[in-house]
Amino acid sequence: MTPMLQTAGLGKHFTLHLRGGLTIPVLQDVDFHVAAGECVALVGPSGAGKTTLLRSLYGNYRADQGSIQVRHHGSMVELARAAPRLVVDVRAHSMGYVSQFLRVVPRVPALDIVAEAARGLSPEEARDRAAALLLRLNIPRRLHALPPATFSGGEQQRINLARGFIGRHPILLLDEPTASLDAGNRDIVVSMIDEAKAAGIAIVGIFHDVSTRDRVADRTYSVAPLQDAA
Amino acid sequence: MTDDTLLSARGLNLRFGAIPALVDVAVDLWPGEVLAIVGESGSGKTTLLNVLSGRLRPDDGVVWYRDPSGRLHDVHAMPAPKLRALHRSDWGFVQQDPRSALRMGVSAGGNVGERLMAQGLRHYGSIREQAIDWLRQVEIDAARVDDMPRTFSGGMLQRLQIARTLVTHPRLVFMDEPTGGLDVSVQARLLDLIRSLVARLNIAAVLVTHDLAVARLLAHRIVVMQRGVVVEAGLTDQVLDDPQHAYTQLLVSSVLQA
Repeated sequence: MTPMLQTAGLGKHFTLHLRGGLTIPVLQDVDFHVAAGECVALVGPSGAGKTTLLRSLYGNYRADQGSIQVRHHGSMVELARAAPRLVVDVRAHSMGYVSQFLRVVPRVPALDIVAEAARGLSPEEARDRAAALLLRLNIPRRLHALPPATFSGGEQQRINLARGFIGRHPILLLDEPTASLDAGNRDIVVSMIDEAKAAGIAIVGIFHDVSTRDRVADRTYSVAPLQDAA
Repeated sequence: MTDDTLLSARGLNLRFGAIPALVDVAVDLWPGEVLAIVGESGSGKTTLLNVLSGRLRPDDGVVWYRDPSGRLHDVHAMPAPKLRALHRSDWGFVQQDPRSALRMGVSAGGNVGERLMAQGLRHYGSIREQAIDWLRQVEIDAARVDDMPRTFSGGMLQRLQIARTLVTHPRLVFMDEPTGGLDVSVQARLLDLIRSLVARLNIAAVLVTHDLAVARLLAHRIVVMQRGVVVEAGLTDQVLDDPQHAYTQLLVSSVLQA
């Protein structure tokens, strides 16, 4: 199986300068990998560092130690402490991310927010695919032209999912993608994940809901809380 | 991905009397990239913008600009007419107060067309056509083409300034608090406009803002300044979500959540 993402000795701590330089170690010696077409679920108690790991993989948090290798344009590149431009390029072409929060320019319609995350499509194709994805996620057409600021939590999450899936990046990171969804919409997300896997996309996810996790994950990776060094 | 920067500055130093405005500042900008300079007032961010754009001479240090043919120019060693020509063609500058950039006694269309005429365009019909096209792109009603800017609202004036700046298709745009002083409702629309134009036209931009949310929405990379020193630089969301320096941590934790 083609490795898509691989970490070795990954470590991450936070130094809180406003709290007298308090150091909080979160990740240590994380050796983790995911292959094409595989879904790995991060598991562990709340506060263990699952989201920190996911965000470090995406370059949203800075990895302090170790290495994060990502398949990008056909070869593995080092992402830990990489130049920002490389991270931007990896995100544009190789790695997508669905966060728990929708952060967008105010007053931009939901359809445009999703369409602009598409890759390699004409503007018309991107809008068509965005509309199809939103409809599939049960966002009715009358909402497509509205900015999502006033949408419910579940609706915003589905906008976020459409935005994450439209790019068909070879690697996809999912942070609690089904947290505020009802059973029907959860089933749709599960089938979208299954299709992505079948298309060879490597997925790393945090799934709060155990039944969803069992349905999509091929393996789990355990993130254990570290002892406080302080 | 090319390794050639569009703009590079090294060792910039500038003092205003006893006050250090820039201390050994280095900056790189690549084509199509948006770089935000953030910090509190007095941190030196506008000074840096003015030095990068050649409007203000540093005590020490160099700013290199690579022209479309790949030749490097030392911005502060350029003869004044050459620098002015650069500002009229390859570069654009969007000021916080549009009134100081626009000619208030000239019609909206005239303000946009003037930049084209400065480039040597003489065909009146085509200049007017392009001016109207740009008014549309910044969402100003084409029927207002002959109106004087003084009849425009603050948000419209800022959009007019952006049309005037972008009509010559600059490769590099400097922006000083482009959404500052505007109502939040107007700000949102302007942000979306700047973001989509910069992405569609593949323009590189250096953006000064004190608003971290504006930096997050517009910029690929961010530079954090404090008392003339770049204390932190990097990927925008990484610097804002995982700030390493004490001052950046203070800035990020001081933002009010709406």
